[in-house]
Amino acid sequence: MNKTPYVMALLLILGVPFLLAAPAFLPLYWIMIMTEVLIMGLFAMGFNLLLGYTGLLSFGQAGFFGVGAYTMALILSHGGTSVFVSLGAGVIAAMVTAAGIGYLCVRRDEIFFAMITLGFGMMLYTVAHNWVELTGGSDGLPLMMVPPLSLFGYEISLFDPTQMYRFVLVMVMIGIWILWRIVRSPFGLMLTAIRENKERLSFVGADVRRLRLVAFVIAGGVAGLAGGLFGLFNAMATPDFMHWGFSARPVLMTVLGGMGIFFGPMVGAAIYFGLEQVITHLTQNWMIFLGLTLIPVVIYFPKGILGSVVAWSRKRKNAAS
Amino acid sequence: MVPKKKERCVVNESPILDIQNLGHAYGDYLVIRDISISVMPGELTALIGPNGAGKTTFYNAVSGRFRPSRGRVFFNGTDITGMAAHKIVPMGMLRSFQITNIFPNLTVVENVLVPLTLHHGRGFSLFRRLSRHAALFDEAETVLERVGLADAAHRPAHELAYGDKRLVEMAIVLARQPKLVLLDEPTAGMNPEETDRMIALIKELAADSGTTFFLTEHDMKVVFSVASTICVLHQGKLLAKGDPGAIRSDPNVREAYLGGSIDD
Repeated sequence: MNKTPYVMALLLILGVPFLLAAPAFLPLYWIMIMTEVLIMGLFAMGFNLLLGYTGLLSFGQAGFFGVGAYTMALILSHGGTSVFVSLGAGVIAAMVTAAGIGYLCVRRDEIFFAMITLGFGMMLYTVAHNWVELTGGSDGLPLMMVPPLSLFGYEISLFDPTQMYRFVLVMVMIGIWILWRIVRSPFGLMLTAIRENKERLSFVGADVRRLRLVAFVIAGGVAGLAGGLFGLFNAMATPDFMHWGFSARPVLMTVLGGMGIFFGPMVGAAIYFGLEQVITHLTQNWMIFLGLTLIPVVIYFPKGILGSVVAWSRKRKNAAS
Repeated sequence: MVPKKKERCVVNESPILDIQNLGHAYGDYLVIRDISISVMPGELTALIGPNGAGKTTFYNAVSGRFRPSRGRVFFNGTDITGMAAHKIVPMGMLRSFQITNIFPNLTVVENVLVPLTLHHGRGFSLFRRLSRHAALFDEAETVLERVGLADAAHRPAHELAYGDKRLVEMAIVLARQPKLVLLDEPTAGMNPEETDRMIALIKELAADSGTTFFLTEHDMKVVFSVASTICVLHQGKLLAKGDPGAIRSDPNVREAYLGGSIDD
């Protein structure tokens, strides 16, 4: 008997009202941290579709994140009036970019795939950094104004961090829902089969390259959505969003939380930002402590934090039955 | 007695697999050369040969793992030489591998659902839940019953005993309802009991599933108990082809095969 749907339902029933009500009892500062966790968690969950499910390590996801952010920022700073349209355009632009780059990457495996995606990511970074007329160069592209959302006759200002948080929460949940449907679909099974044994898969008739390309485009689209939201949240897009150091974040979050575990990267994102908050109060060198956390996780919990919890509960269930 | 091209089967039926002058070189070294074999539907052919005779190279060249340097391969009359595996498979030709090739961390039933999904053209179905495709699960159950793994359906494939893993691979192949199956040493590494089970399964499937089997094998007991036609590969060339009786008494084969170990 598969209990996953019930666990998910419980999570939704308890978790969503909690998250929606969070601004009522959490300080604003933490609400802003949570906004960031949600955005980066979504970014990492899209990345996990590649690493955890398909077995592809992309080091260029920040490129698509940045394309989403810049597209959104360009539209809103050139007279665009709809947040939804600008975000949607960001997603589409990221997917188109991912399709072009992915076409050249998916025929390679492992380290070669990682290096090619890294290379393309850095090319996108360079474009954002050097095309000053379009992107504002290293200063970034600030958003002077963010048009209010008009929903059911209400005007919601996204300059209010609480409203921004709720808006991000809803958008992230939509992104998660789409990913959830995908991993549970026949296509999701194909992706897992690629990770497990791509040769056997192609010898039962699958076009592995095309499957990988579609996965790459989806992950690119999710990165574009996360990037657009991150640009709105920061009221600007900067080349830093596209730097390869930024691409390392979803990798770290996914490894921390659990590769191939659906919510693993979100948990990883929460740990990442939680640690950052706690440790930056004590020292400026918080990355040292991130490293010190990461090493034992990789050595003693190779399935990640959430991955280990899931494995442990499965083991208990099997022992009981 | 190397069969000449004109000697290939000329009965009214046309061959399901027709290999013409197949050759393959790694660099300058010709691993296999000038191999012509045709297989009629329903004929159970075994390819034997000492280690290093080129059996695996032959399989890889035929099944689309790489393009052979020379020769042509026809499947049901279609030229499939050098075609990618994912294009050959939908026509109905599948293969197994010498080293067990399954999806280890998927459950047994998922291992079979993978080919079934592809068989029904659902590989790019992105939103409908897999669990809603009830017909696929029914079919998977039928396939697993066929190979005797129905009880293990929900166990991760890597937990199974070695012989059962090989049956999982058989189930993966059968799920696509193949017309022709190339088996690469299906009983390699099996204990006698598992070997007998595999032989029985192959015989049964060959008799009533309408699938043609072609296998390589080093276990002569297996070869002589299942094959109706035997091809002997030696130093990259086809040394002999014929029914088991003819092969057993062929002096060239006896010589190539270490003076008579072929009798066991």
